[in-house]
Amino acid sequence: MSIKMTIDGKKVIAEDGQPLVDVATDNGTYIPTLCYVRGKPCLGTCRVYSVRVNGHVMASCTISVAEGMEVDVHEPEVTDMRKALVEFLFSEGNHNCPSCEKSGRCDLQATGYEVGMMVSRFPYHFTPRKVDHASKYIWLERDRCIFCQRCVDFIRDKNTGQKIFSIDQRGSKSSIEIDVKLADAMSAEQVREAAELCPVGCIIDKGQGYNEPIGKRQYEIKSIRERALERRKK
Amino acid sequence: MSAEVQSIIVRYQSDKTRLIDMLWDIQQQFGYISDEAVVTLSELLNMSCPDVRETITFYHFFHDRPFGQHKIYLSNTVIARMNGYDEVRIALEKEAGCSFGCVDSSGLFGLADVNCIGLSDQEPAMMVDEVVFTKLTPAKVKNIIDQLKQGKTAEEVANPEGLESKAVEYVDALVDSNIRMKGEVFFKTNRDYQVILQDCLNVLPKEIIETVTISNIRGRGGAGFSTGLKWRLGRDAGADQKYIICNADEGEPGTFKDRVLLTRSPKDVLLGMIIAARAIGSKHGIIYLRAEYWYLKNYLQQQIQEFQDKGLLGHKILGYDFEFDIRIQMGAGAYVCGDETALIESCEGKRGTPRVKPPYPIQQGYLGKPTNVNNVETFAAVSRIMEQGADWFRAMGTDQSTGTRLISVSGDCEYPGIYEIEWGITLDQVLQMVDAKNSKAVQISGPSGECVSVEKDSLRTFCYSDLSCNGSLMIFDESRDLLDIVKNFMEFFVDESCGICVPCRAGNIDLLGKVEQVIAGRAYQQDLDDVVSWGKLVLNTSRCGLGATSPKPILTTFEKFPEIYQKKLVQAKGSLLPSFDINSALQAHEVAYKTLVEGEKK
Repeated sequence: MSIKMTIDGKKVIAEDGQPLVDVATDNGTYIPTLCYVRGKPCLGTCRVYSVRVNGHVMASCTISVAEGMEVDVHEPEVTDMRKALVEFLFSEGNHNCPSCEKSGRCDLQATGYEVGMMVSRFPYHFTPRKVDHASKYIWLERDRCIFCQRCVDFIRDKNTGQKIFSIDQRGSKSSIEIDVKLADAMSAEQVREAAELCPVGCIIDKGQGYNEPIGKRQYEIKSIRERALERRKK
Repeated sequence: MSAEVQSIIVRYQSDKTRLIDMLWDIQQQFGYISDEAVVTLSELLNMSCPDVRETITFYHFFHDRPFGQHKIYLSNTVIARMNGYDEVRIALEKEAGCSFGCVDSSGLFGLADVNCIGLSDQEPAMMVDEVVFTKLTPAKVKNIIDQLKQGKTAEEVANPEGLESKAVEYVDALVDSNIRMKGEVFFKTNRDYQVILQDCLNVLPKEIIETVTISNIRGRGGAGFSTGLKWRLGRDAGADQKYIICNADEGEPGTFKDRVLLTRSPKDVLLGMIIAARAIGSKHGIIYLRAEYWYLKNYLQQQIQEFQDKGLLGHKILGYDFEFDIRIQMGAGAYVCGDETALIESCEGKRGTPRVKPPYPIQQGYLGKPTNVNNVETFAAVSRIMEQGADWFRAMGTDQSTGTRLISVSGDCEYPGIYEIEWGITLDQVLQMVDAKNSKAVQISGPSGECVSVEKDSLRTFCYSDLSCNGSLMIFDESRDLLDIVKNFMEFFVDESCGICVPCRAGNIDLLGKVEQVIAGRAYQQDLDDVVSWGKLVLNTSRCGLGATSPKPILTTFEKFPEIYQKKLVQAKGSLLPSFDINSALQAHEVAYKTLVEGEKK
């Protein structure tokens, strides 16, 4: 069933029940996301897709569109909230773009540019986090994990369906973990899938680090916004 | 050991949704959950080892390393701190022979802090293994530790008369109920549960829902959702299975009313659950009991048994074509599990992470089936509504907030304990009732609620549209340092954040940092402006109720008592921020220099 709604005052017709973030993208309004993957179940962890719906701040990936919905994406206050959330992710982890293999291909970095972040307004936590390089094919650089949980939910052992990645502890003590035995049984293809799904440089495909030169990496050629909006045209 | 772990797993039919029960059994048998046990669990439950650890490490009371034969958890609430927590803490360290967070050299004691254990009316209090000790003093601590050293179990120390743990006398030996004022709804004795249930079974389920709807009762857990509406949605949800869950994860600091209801009127609660099951069409119920209330478990199990024996639970209840059973699910220490979707995750043996909503539990809850979650007090109240009628209930309280509710009063007053109040009474009346003197501030609904000023808010009323108290009411008099209390509350949220979303995981730490900066006298106006804007950010963008309320201790005290912040502010001097401490900034250099240069010289 078709419904009528508005996004930033613009009238939009959409199919009832679709996630708001998809409807917005399909209608030319980019909303950043760091955990949401179109077509997959919503994870609701990054919150950088927060927008105003009928006056309330809401996560645009968890909410479905409905008749008469009034959505504000670019209203100044909520725009700044999205920026602040990206800043939180930078200040909470230890992100050092110039020395990161993922630079230029990193969703977090690209989103940082997109929201116009220059520096985090929040104090940097500098939490010590250990690198885990025990698995044969994966380098787990915990400093960069933003706990999006994409790997936890979407990358499973092909034979048993068991979790390869998981979260230890809770709150600010949370830590991404890897089951080395299951990770070593991953195919080269699945390792690449995991590394590409990771929105930051936390899951690194060993031996592949700098395979593309700086300046020719995906977000350096075309921004994350352009890519998101382009995908809907196809 | 592996064989014993296996038999524990088999006890739960190798059902991984019962992982928390298995972990409790393993920990109670072996003292902690070893790596070997994790391997056995992972093999038999078809889970990877880190997946099993996800659950273990999420909960406060699970230990994957030895943590002493006796695990001692001292409640560190603001109320405990007002009643001698510091002395008790020192005494514990001295007597047990180890510091907090550690195990003593003989491996006998492990000491840990714990957030509110539901005993604010008799603090300082601590849990030792599965029992509790209240109104602690250094002398009492010494006595307890001495007895444990002599080889007694914690239960033998707490219950010297050897009362059976399924008897109410046992619970009474451990904790006081402290019911100070009864009203029309709760704690009625000599109720004929059979007759009340008979009457409910004689009418159609939709008529039960009609009565509950007319009574206009709203959820007593805090959110205040219409119980009648929730039940109707549950009734309308088409599914082969539906579940009723009683939320007894009473984790809000300062509240303890559910503990007392479950002690004094457990059958009111059970009856409410049975009525809900009949109304919605459910066959299975779960009481999610917080681990802090272990000492109530056998007693509640006995109450369930008595209902079964009388035909009020089980198959063909009172001869009708209606079946319903209730099991108790123990929690393992996580405030966030008070959120109904986190609670359901926990019931399924997982981390207590709040789910993405929608779908709501009433559509897809426990095991993906429609699930009706109500608070302990809501169930108890419904059992009375069905007995006395909707109009009787509506005649009490106000139009939009009908009936009465229980409040757990603690802090600076003559008579801490449980009070049944009619909605609509003023803050002033409550303070008189509990005999509070020189009150300055009242924390309504715990840290997640609102801090009100006695001077400015005394005429405000208790109702869902004003002071919608969730049961916790802490009173602070003129002598208390509110900033210190705010700091404690923020530490609580930092500790209890599940960490799934960034505003709550990182934001609460930054907010706590600002409070500490204010207290240390290193904040200026810009810091206060930041606090308000960051607080708003966390509140608006967090995933669940925890983050949506965690900045409130700061925001509400800042609104009511701006002067406590203002008087701590300093003026910025030159271009340096007041928060910049040159000595601490250079400390790392100092350390590096000492290690590298001076170390080399040696």
